[in-house]
Amino acid sequence: MTPTLSSTRLPATWQDFLQLLKPRVMSLVVFTALTGLICADTPIHPVLGAVAIFCIAVGAGASGALNMWYDADIDAKMRRTRGRPVPAGRVQGADALALGMVLSLFSVMLMGMAVGWFAAGLLAFTIVFYAVVYTMWLKRWTAQNIVIGGLAGALPPVIGWAAATGTAPLNAWLLCAIIFMWTPPHFWALSLYTSADYEKAGVPMMPVVAGPASTRRQILIYSLLFVPLCLVPALTGLGGAIYLGVAAAGGLVFLLLAWRVFRSHAGEAPDQRQDDGLYDVRAGAKDARNLFAFSILYLTLLFATLLGEHIAGRPALELLG
Amino acid sequence: MSDPKQDIAADFKARRGRNIAIALGLVLFVVLIFVVTVVKMGANVLDRPL
Repeated sequence: MTPTLSSTRLPATWQDFLQLLKPRVMSLVVFTALTGLICADTPIHPVLGAVAIFCIAVGAGASGALNMWYDADIDAKMRRTRGRPVPAGRVQGADALALGMVLSLFSVMLMGMAVGWFAAGLLAFTIVFYAVVYTMWLKRWTAQNIVIGGLAGALPPVIGWAAATGTAPLNAWLLCAIIFMWTPPHFWALSLYTSADYEKAGVPMMPVVAGPASTRRQILIYSLLFVPLCLVPALTGLGGAIYLGVAAAGGLVFLLLAWRVFRSHAGEAPDQRQDDGLYDVRAGAKDARNLFAFSILYLTLLFATLLGEHIAGRPALELLG
Repeated sequence: MSDPKQDIAADFKARRGRNIAIALGLVLFVVLIFVVTVVKMGANVLDRPL
């Protein structure tokens, strides 16, 4: 599909360009990257650490701008995204593309010069993976789009770790794996009550392609794999006793919510609402909405606990060895 | 129909905001490069022929 390059009808403000960078996604990326950087337990000059996080944030923003440039045509068809600057006509597509390209080059070059080229390479890979592999290819081609594409969102802790140490050991990839396995139940829960939009836009999300029943079953399967994986950091020494408690208690709630989604009829009757809210849904999709909302809280709690434990310098609980 | 005068005023206001944002971005870029250079060089800045 050819992306739509809208003509500008309203004057673009600096806030429109900021919106192109997807600030909410950037904040999550900054948080997970900071967790990776701190969990590395390797001293790094605070200025260079801050520059590394800044580069990762800018790189994530650049990916967002490239995504909004390319996806303007489908964004215009979905109520969640139709107010974005490009489909709304406030920013020209070419400007979004230029901003994304400039910020991509800036973030990778600064990361390379200030911190290291391994971290810069990982950042470049992440940007390309999100903007090209996910946005331009997977998203419109396969129902596994967010499964494979989730790697882009899962890499920031590895980049943060690489910025601190110049390496990416098993524990860094463990953080990546946790986000990677979290992505399918999180996004499929959302897509269960926004599937009408995806269908209208021609995006092959799982509920559109395989149906809601199959999606609910896959959410449960991924949740059964995801929750035990969240306990592994306590076994490798990355997480301590508090982490183990949070991961176990939150994991039980996550599994309970996934089970309720599995047993529900979420996605059976497409939601015909015209507003943009993600949390206010019809009764039939409440279980999916609850899982979607809790999945954000659970991931945040996991990473916040790891961050807190390592900042406090508390020795990790070695359950093995 | 919208008032052309109001449109022009809104356009000027938006453009001014964008220009200020670009200026701040450029200043931030210069400061970042300066600070990173100082931090990377550190004490080695003294280790050179005078």
